Amino acid sequence: MSEHAIAADARLRIGIDVGGTNTDAVVLDEADRVVAKAKRPTSPDVTEGLRAALDAVLGELPEPGLVTRVMLGTTHATNAILERRSLGRVAVLRLGAPATTSVPPLSEWPEDLAKTVSAGAAVVRGGHFVDGRAIAPLDEDAVRRFLAATPADAIAVTGVFSPASADQENRVAEIIQAELGEVPVSLSHEIGSLGLLERENAAILNAALYGVARDVTGALQEALRARGLRVETFFAQNDGTLMAVDYAARYPVLTIGSGPANSLRGAAYLSGVKDAIVADVGGTSTDLGVLVGGFPRESAAAVEIGGVTTNFRMPDILSIALGGGTIVGAEPRSVGYRIGREALVFGGTTPTMTDAAVAAGRGSVGAHAVPAEWHDRLAAAVRRADDLVADAVDRVALGKADLPLVAVGGGAFLLAPRIPGAPEVIRPEHAEVANAVGAAIALASGRLETIVPAAGAGNGRATLIEKAKEEAAARAVAAGADPASVEIVELSEIPLSYLPEPAVRLHVKAAGPLAR
Amino acid sequence: MQARITLDDVAALARGCAVLGTGGGGDVRSGAIAARRAIRERGEVPLVTLGDLPDDALVLPLSGIGAPTVSHEMIHAEDEPVRIKEEIERIFGRGPAAVMSSEIGGANGVAPVAWAARLGLPLLDADAMGRAFPEVQMVSLYVAGIPANLVIMSDAVGNVVTIRPVDGLWSEAIARAVCVASGSSALMADYVLTAKECAGAVIEGTVTRALAIGRATEGAQDPLGALTAELGAVRLLTGKVTDLERRTTGGFARGTVTVEGTGDDRGRTLTLEIQNENLVAVEDGVVRAMVPDLITVVDTQAATAIQTEGLRYGQRVTVLAWPCDPLWRTPKGLETAGPRAFGYDLDYRPVETIAGRA
Repeated sequence: MSEHAIAADARLRIGIDVGGTNTDAVVLDEADRVVAKAKRPTSPDVTEGLRAALDAVLGELPEPGLVTRVMLGTTHATNAILERRSLGRVAVLRLGAPATTSVPPLSEWPEDLAKTVSAGAAVVRGGHFVDGRAIAPLDEDAVRRFLAATPADAIAVTGVFSPASADQENRVAEIIQAELGEVPVSLSHEIGSLGLLERENAAILNAALYGVARDVTGALQEALRARGLRVETFFAQNDGTLMAVDYAARYPVLTIGSGPANSLRGAAYLSGVKDAIVADVGGTSTDLGVLVGGFPRESAAAVEIGGVTTNFRMPDILSIALGGGTIVGAEPRSVGYRIGREALVFGGTTPTMTDAAVAAGRGSVGAHAVPAEWHDRLAAAVRRADDLVADAVDRVALGKADLPLVAVGGGAFLLAPRIPGAPEVIRPEHAEVANAVGAAIALASGRLETIVPAAGAGNGRATLIEKAKEEAAARAVAAGADPASVEIVELSEIPLSYLPEPAVRLHVKAAGPLAR
Repeated sequence: MQARITLDDVAALARGCAVLGTGGGGDVRSGAIAARRAIRERGEVPLVTLGDLPDDALVLPLSGIGAPTVSHEMIHAEDEPVRIKEEIERIFGRGPAAVMSSEIGGANGVAPVAWAARLGLPLLDADAMGRAFPEVQMVSLYVAGIPANLVIMSDAVGNVVTIRPVDGLWSEAIARAVCVASGSSALMADYVLTAKECAGAVIEGTVTRALAIGRATEGAQDPLGALTAELGAVRLLTGKVTDLERRTTGGFARGTVTVEGTGDDRGRTLTLEIQNENLVAVEDGVVRAMVPDLITVVDTQAATAIQTEGLRYGQRVTVLAWPCDPLWRTPKGLETAGPRAFGYDLDYRPVETIAGRA
């Protein structure tokens, strides 16, 4: 059943979020109202579950042809890295010699992943100092020799201090095009921030994922074609914004971690609140994050993917072992997808947090009453869970006691009506598919990180900041944003210590609605 | 049997060095990566004591100097220590017999394993601080009166600079200027001295100590208890970070951190004064620990050290403090690195005296 009447000339869009347990899909109309929704199990190959969810929501529409856009948040890239599957072979080039040679590329990678991904690595003369001078002029001959000797599916290029001085990386991209034609190239300054090894790792993973990106895009477009849909497609990225398909094809690594970001953005939209704590309660765990101005607060810590340390932005998420399937007395174990058979309220014999919440009167799930002999233990489990949530809320709130808590996800009813540290608990409609809603309503964005003189410290600061803003806006437009409505949504400066000239690390993000 | 630093030791050493870094000393990660890589390439590094070396053997104290942001991006060149060794051979007519860490706390405690491996030399089980300090003259050798008359620096590009300073303060000033010219990162040998001169002028056993500190929490049921016992530390407070004030002045990351007690410590508040390292801990207007004693903030659950830059609002932390090496408690030691050397108008009192233990 549709939730709202659909006009015959409506322009609809579909948001899909592939999670660890479920694949959720929603259809939104032009006023961003949910007109259809579905939840299907995530299949091992991901694509089958995606098709099932897509068919389920399309089945609710009077005319599938009304859909004009599809937004997909998916775990394909993460799975490919974790399973070392479908990864491309990458020629790894670092510009930095004679500096940086004490730690060559791929040094701390898990051996099997390095073997799968690396077609060969070289550190050639080049790179920049912190103040912009070249460590050495780029050794173009060495670049050409390396390219000739290292056949690969893609090339990853990382220059020392490239986030502040990108010219050598850009020059290498030109050389590659002249020598090899259209081979995909990952330039580190477009992907990560300062921190050579972490940025290099992100650039290499990005290059290894080009094939996966092509496969996913192909599978999605094939599925859409087969259902008679002629639509624009977008991918969700890990800061809660979207990128057009051709942009995602260049930066597939940015799709990693889009799930939590989607859920935060969906919670913001569904609740109408821009600054809040969001708790997404799933089957195994609860993810808590914070919305700042409608966007996920980002983590400052390095992020490990498949055993490789990277430094690209990810939502700052605190996961606690509390979900609908969590087994009372055997925490943090969960019955997972078997909850429909094993929980007491479904006639099973395993006491779960779902049973505890039902016994506590927080929701009515399942057809069976919770046997009375369990009541005391379940009540104690609810008290423990409430303490766990209150502590987690306190941790993520960072001292702010005025943020409301938005409860989303299939297990949101587990949460207490009142939570210490949050003045209000908001339970929006459609909360169980907030992540797919988040994918459907997202903006397109671009970002940039560089080094500029600190306030009052040097010339050209204002010009450099303006240039950074323009570049971030241009990147947002490249990702699909409407040039007329791109705005700078974040601008932060972090002071750098021990430098001769006071300097700051400047971070700029621009975002805007998708172009019509 | 001779002790060796193996591949498996590096993680424990890095954890221990982070604890001894008292919030500063730089991130141990890239040093640990370089150390593991060097051991894989060139083999395990023998760990020797002063007693293992002939009196006239040359000891090479090494440390990285520069801005933490830079060392995380422009990683050291593999040959930087080789050029310093070659310069020593030119000056002394013979090479060094062992590498020593100048600063066991933080990155400079771990990276010497890589430098020693690169040079094919053993690592001396000693350092010149027993912790981390921000300035070049804040070393035990300076306190012991060894003249600071030779500094050799080597950078990523291949430049070698030899400085003959008149004293430790000049050594700091000139080395800093050279470092800036080299892109704010360089490798430095401050002092080159014989094993005989080292006796009483270096702090012995600190590599072994860092390893023991790192191992204490491995697989421990109660990591915090195990670490506190290993350090012989006073637990100043367990709580959460409720305020963080940072400012960068004069090249130093200064700040004040407030930790409010939780659990048994509820109702108590501790503030930490920071200049790269944690320097003074105050509760109710009373100083509970001060530099040169060591003050480290650790994660209450895992008992891993948290660096100054890694402190975040809301973190669950425990503040530990324990005695420094006796050398720092001498008048010259306190003049060099006591509270007044950092601008605090405080008379030094040992942490164990304040705690009523001694």
